[in-house]
Amino acid sequence: MAVIAGALAIPHISYISILPELIAMGAPMVMLLWSATTRSGGPGRWTAFTVVASVAAFLASVEIWVKVGTHPYTAVAGAILVDRFSAFLSGIFAVAMGLFALLAHDWAVREDESGPELPALGMLSASGAMLMAAAGDLVVVFLGLEIMSIALYVMAAMNRRRLASGEAALKYFVLGAFSSAIFLYGIALTYGATGTTNIARIASYLASNVVVSNGVLLAGMAMLIVGLGFKVAAVPFHTWSPDVYQGSPSPVTAFMSAVAKAAGFAALVRVLMEAMGTLRLDWQPAIYVLAVLSLVVGGILTVVQRDVKRMLAYSSISHAGFVLAALQSASAAGRSALAYYVAAYTLMIIGSFAVAGHVGGPGDRSQDLSSYRGLSSRHPAVGFAFTILLLGQAGAPFTTGFLAKFYVVSAAVGNGSYTLAVVAMLSAVVTAFFYLRIVLGLYGSEEPSTPEGPPGVLEPQPALVGSVGEPQASHGAEERGSVVVPEVLVAASATQVIEVSEVGAGTSVVLALCAAATVVLGVWPSPLLDLAKAATIIF
Amino acid sequence: MTIPGSWYLTLAAVLFGIGGLGLLVRRNVLVMFMCVELMLNAVNLTFVTYARMLHDVGGQALVFFVLVVAAAEVVVGLGVIVGLFRRRPDATADDFHILKG
Repeated sequence: MAVIAGALAIPHISYISILPELIAMGAPMVMLLWSATTRSGGPGRWTAFTVVASVAAFLASVEIWVKVGTHPYTAVAGAILVDRFSAFLSGIFAVAMGLFALLAHDWAVREDESGPELPALGMLSASGAMLMAAAGDLVVVFLGLEIMSIALYVMAAMNRRRLASGEAALKYFVLGAFSSAIFLYGIALTYGATGTTNIARIASYLASNVVVSNGVLLAGMAMLIVGLGFKVAAVPFHTWSPDVYQGSPSPVTAFMSAVAKAAGFAALVRVLMEAMGTLRLDWQPAIYVLAVLSLVVGGILTVVQRDVKRMLAYSSISHAGFVLAALQSASAAGRSALAYYVAAYTLMIIGSFAVAGHVGGPGDRSQDLSSYRGLSSRHPAVGFAFTILLLGQAGAPFTTGFLAKFYVVSAAVGNGSYTLAVVAMLSAVVTAFFYLRIVLGLYGSEEPSTPEGPPGVLEPQPALVGSVGEPQASHGAEERGSVVVPEVLVAASATQVIEVSEVGAGTSVVLALCAAATVVLGVWPSPLLDLAKAATIIF
Repeated sequence: MTIPGSWYLTLAAVLFGIGGLGLLVRRNVLVMFMCVELMLNAVNLTFVTYARMLHDVGGQALVFFVLVVAAAEVVVGLGVIVGLFRRRPDATADDFHILKG
């Protein structure tokens, strides 16, 4: 970005290098134009179009992966880094985009939305995430972050009939804008200290110069970490995430928990490992503290939740702790552990929130733990897939989750961070308790209830209509699920109607893919593992 | 007499601090929103000052990126706020408490 005055040249743009981003940005534009010309039809065509675009973006990532090999290069005047790490993450984001489109399809059918907005915003958001992973300049990281986040704010608010969705969007927006401003100030201070925002130039500047009074540089680095810490929901910057995960429509929660986190970690790798690799001794302690706090707080608070989406939010905070532990080791093993963890986590969390989206029913209202009781007897396949995904998240052997946690711990041990490794393992044990509690509930007997309630008569009407009195009403509906009083019968009969509903086609495909990947890649680990290693071999 | 760059940097830091503090303390959502804008503009001032001190146009060019992003944030943020306030007029940030646990 450092352009000398008078020597302003138009950079050569290698479009093939940014093809995944271009597809993810261009497809929504085409889709929005298309939607303006047609009036009739359901959400099916948008879903199909988005899936096709996702496959195209994935193939473009594969193409870049194959072509770049072990010779990374920069494109667009140093603003884009083309290497296997960016290709690997672009591939993950393309997959997440496609899975999200399938989940959004079922959601749109259920909520009677026929517009292309949700998949279009999802693709735009994914393009921002791809840009973050491929950024060769701190400003490009920022732009990618904003493209991703601004789309996510709207996606969180997508359920207009539900006040909680708007509230989630407001909270996400305020804290997201706050963290973006902090991140940006970090860029400004780094620019002031090093004279450039280009990642490679920052690295070479720091390698060849000893910054005597490095207060500005360290302040800038701290603010970059804080800004990205908000995005990956690391403790103590996690306070928004349970509320936002709970309030957003479930497909959106699935998408943001997977993509926003993965993109945040990719940016942390770019900023800390690549640009500020020589300042390792300064940022390692900070990441260490964030990792320990995330592991401890995420693990403990997971267990005391009753709302399953909140539980998954806290458990994803503990997952963030694991990834930060891999980052903290600042080694080749840590980098490949990070890439592997992100890939495995993306599939597991999207699958888990797919189940939450199915069980939640219209408006995502029945997320209480009791709604999940007896799921396996109603939908054996869904219950089985959810079991696999939860065991994967818990780190059970023969799943990708086990290998992911194993490589993180071994990277931490290899770095001499034994305490961190022990904390990570203890946190895994504590969160395993929570996962097993859900699994037992899945196979447990259903609570006493009237199995066939009158169809279509959903008792908490105000939440759907959205009158002024809604907050009290829907609040009451949520409390009813958690208080074990005779009223539970009412809640159970209300949720029963929803749960007997069919599993959507998109949800089924997503669950099958995610659960199969979790097991197959766990039993036969070498393909994904080799990819993760190859993705991070050069830095 | 020229004003040293450090003065501008200090001013920017103070503005950024006021914005951050205001965001955390104020309860009116629109004021919180304005505090975010204040923080972004403090960053802009920092960029311009450093660009001048380093004799590098890059820092000034970055301001345009920030302005564009800030404008996009305004559009989305106001949309979210208006959507909420149409249903709950005169609400403050404390009134949004369905989600907690």
